[in-house]
Amino acid sequence: MSEALELGSGTRKISELIVRVPLASCTLAAGASKVLESIEKALGKLGLEARVKKTGCMGLCYLDPWIELESRGLPPTIYANVKPEQAEGIIRRYVEGDLSGALAVRSEASGFKGVPTLNSLPEWRLQVRYVSRNCGFIDPESIEDYLRTGGYSGLKKALKLGREEVIEIVRKSGLRGRGGAGFPTWYKWRVAYEQRSDVKYVICNGDEGDPGAFMNRLLAESDPHRVLEGLIIAGYAIGASRGYIFVRAEKPLMADRLEVAVRQARDYGFLGEKILGTDFSFDVEVYRSAGAFVCGEETALIAAIEGRSRPRQRPPYPATSGLWGKPTVINNVETLAHVATIFQTGLDEFTKYGTERSKGTKMFCVTGSVRKTGVYEVPIGTKIRTLVYELAGGPPDGRSVKAVQVGGPSGGCIPADLLDLELDYETLQSYGAIMGSGGLVVIDNTNCMVDVAKYFITFTLAESCGKCLPCRVGVKVLGDILEKVASGTATLEDLELLRELGESIMRSSLCALGGTAPNPVLSTLRYFKNEYEEHVVMRRCPAKVCSRLVTYEIDPARCRGCGQCAKNCPVSAISGQPGKAFKIDTSRCTKCGQCLIICPFGAVVKG
Amino acid sequence: MYYEQSRTYLRTPQSGAVLDPRRYLSVVDRVICKYGADRSKLINMLQEIQREFQHLPRQALEMLSVKLGISLSEIINVATFYHQFRLEPVGVYVIQVCFGTTCYLKGSSEIYESMRKVLGLRERENTARDGTITIEKARCFGCCSLAPVIMVTSSDGSERYVHGRLNVSEGKRVVLDYRSKALMKLKGLKNE
Repeated sequence: MSEALELGSGTRKISELIVRVPLASCTLAAGASKVLESIEKALGKLGLEARVKKTGCMGLCYLDPWIELESRGLPPTIYANVKPEQAEGIIRRYVEGDLSGALAVRSEASGFKGVPTLNSLPEWRLQVRYVSRNCGFIDPESIEDYLRTGGYSGLKKALKLGREEVIEIVRKSGLRGRGGAGFPTWYKWRVAYEQRSDVKYVICNGDEGDPGAFMNRLLAESDPHRVLEGLIIAGYAIGASRGYIFVRAEKPLMADRLEVAVRQARDYGFLGEKILGTDFSFDVEVYRSAGAFVCGEETALIAAIEGRSRPRQRPPYPATSGLWGKPTVINNVETLAHVATIFQTGLDEFTKYGTERSKGTKMFCVTGSVRKTGVYEVPIGTKIRTLVYELAGGPPDGRSVKAVQVGGPSGGCIPADLLDLELDYETLQSYGAIMGSGGLVVIDNTNCMVDVAKYFITFTLAESCGKCLPCRVGVKVLGDILEKVASGTATLEDLELLRELGESIMRSSLCALGGTAPNPVLSTLRYFKNEYEEHVVMRRCPAKVCSRLVTYEIDPARCRGCGQCAKNCPVSAISGQPGKAFKIDTSRCTKCGQCLIICPFGAVVKG
Repeated sequence: MYYEQSRTYLRTPQSGAVLDPRRYLSVVDRVICKYGADRSKLINMLQEIQREFQHLPRQALEMLSVKLGISLSEIINVATFYHQFRLEPVGVYVIQVCFGTTCYLKGSSEIYESMRKVLGLRERENTARDGTITIEKARCFGCCSLAPVIMVTSSDGSERYVHGRLNVSEGKRVVLDYRSKALMKLKGLKNE
């Protein structure tokens, strides 16, 4: 071990200039690899010797791709939305001491008053970077970087304690699962610890199937060792010999980074036989799942590793009989990262944040109709309004927030007048949503709530495994009724049926997928009953989304008379002469919306 | 609804080119050598077979079922349950349109429909008849800040592109770009 630390400090040859480029799935999608290429070219051209550091992502997605420059005598400076052709100019100005065009400096430095510090930006200041402290700062593929920031010191501390003491610390921390339901982490550990079994397993659930949530991917791509360290501590606490990290095949970079981390940890003796000289032996395998939403559910996840499909009835709970029938603890990526950080920093640093019943911080993804989409880590109990308006900057001009969808397809919609609610497990549940993995999708006045409910039901219907009837048939019927509402053929009784059916699906489904599937319908029905009724009674969609309830017209000012719409209209409702504005015959129009899609000039408008 | 998908798959004859059976056999044999005749490694085996053929050919699955001593329907059950697996052959490029919440709210379904329209796809058809492009709906890529997003992968897995912040007209342009690229590739293959 001592060798490891020496190696760590041995490589610390800080040259004059450090360039940090974030390489995570999101920044790569925004073009970070081209920026990296252009930086390397620019450095060669400028004759600068620099260390280019490939970091993870810091979660401020709206800045992608960003770069950070650091040099002696100059403050570390962040540049946002960098285009490849700008790289050379930025670097040249920076080394000359000209920080113009920079977004922010990481720390205050005298003589550079013009550029704000990162901390003066609300989206940074209001965050508590607890588990995400290293994200976007260290090289995720370097264990030395992680060791330098106190990595694996938590594991060392835990291994000096007895197993029960480790579980006791987690109990005292009050840590609850960050994957959804908020189940106390220590309790699962305790149950599995007490089982008499020669073999036990721990699994890190990195499935993250909720659309709109990507904090686990970001965390595992940017600081994979933290997740691994938490998993090893969990394995030690329950007496497991083997761990799995469950990642879906659609997130290849996340799996790659975790595999690199496992290999490095093995080389440094944090994994394998007799870890750090104790008699605890443990190894980890990264499992690439073939991807199914229901795999986020514990028993379906276990089935996937066993090469099968579909969830099963609980109890028995996995903590007593899980993978291959052995006691198994399943924790979320973020939960395990919290475990590692708690052991590194001590309890107080963790428990000083959060509410009475839910301690610590949580990462939230704020997307949809906001200016600054990103992943923000805030104390549990932060108001939704703070996240949406102060951190994420509120909706773009001309739009207003209608609702915030929390918790993905299993969650619900919180209407705009309840934005002062605090984000914690119990509050959200009592208002018909769930914390889930922590995805917040901001819905604005251009979105229709019936359409949103229909979207989520379509999603769950496609993901339903078909094993139990309430979910297989019930969700289908929910979808059919919603379709009726959206096409204006429903009655007010149908709305009552929606509620009744939703409630019985929740009570009678086999697993959590069906048990939460009606949530998006029930919560929109609860808070946006007016909008549903407007569809049913007035046959009108106020947001002009439901295509059957809107009329289509051609704006003569924009129409250039190309005739594309008339050619593609399936009922020949459009007529006109080439070169002149075309017209839609509303009595024949079936509102299929094809003309809107086909028009190259955006002349077809909804009325 | 994957259970419907598996029913139709078992009933309809295989589409796409049928290769020499020895080719399927050699891949299946290699996969079984690697993982052993172990039922619990079925997902890994299917992943490997798909890597070879870009989809799961019926013939290969039949051979696998004999070699593993499990029924074909059990294999189809697993293959249709997980999203990664494809039962139909795909075009030179596969365009996945993200249907995550954020992308959907920002209009990905219109982009999807217009892309299908450009290729002249009929109902239940996902691949252009000239074999150039396959269009699929995908679940969240986790790039919600770039919504609406599409991911383009070449069927041999060697190229991967992500296009973000799209709209309908840009979507159409992207499809046509990849289509002409794919046509070049197909032409090149023929000339060889």
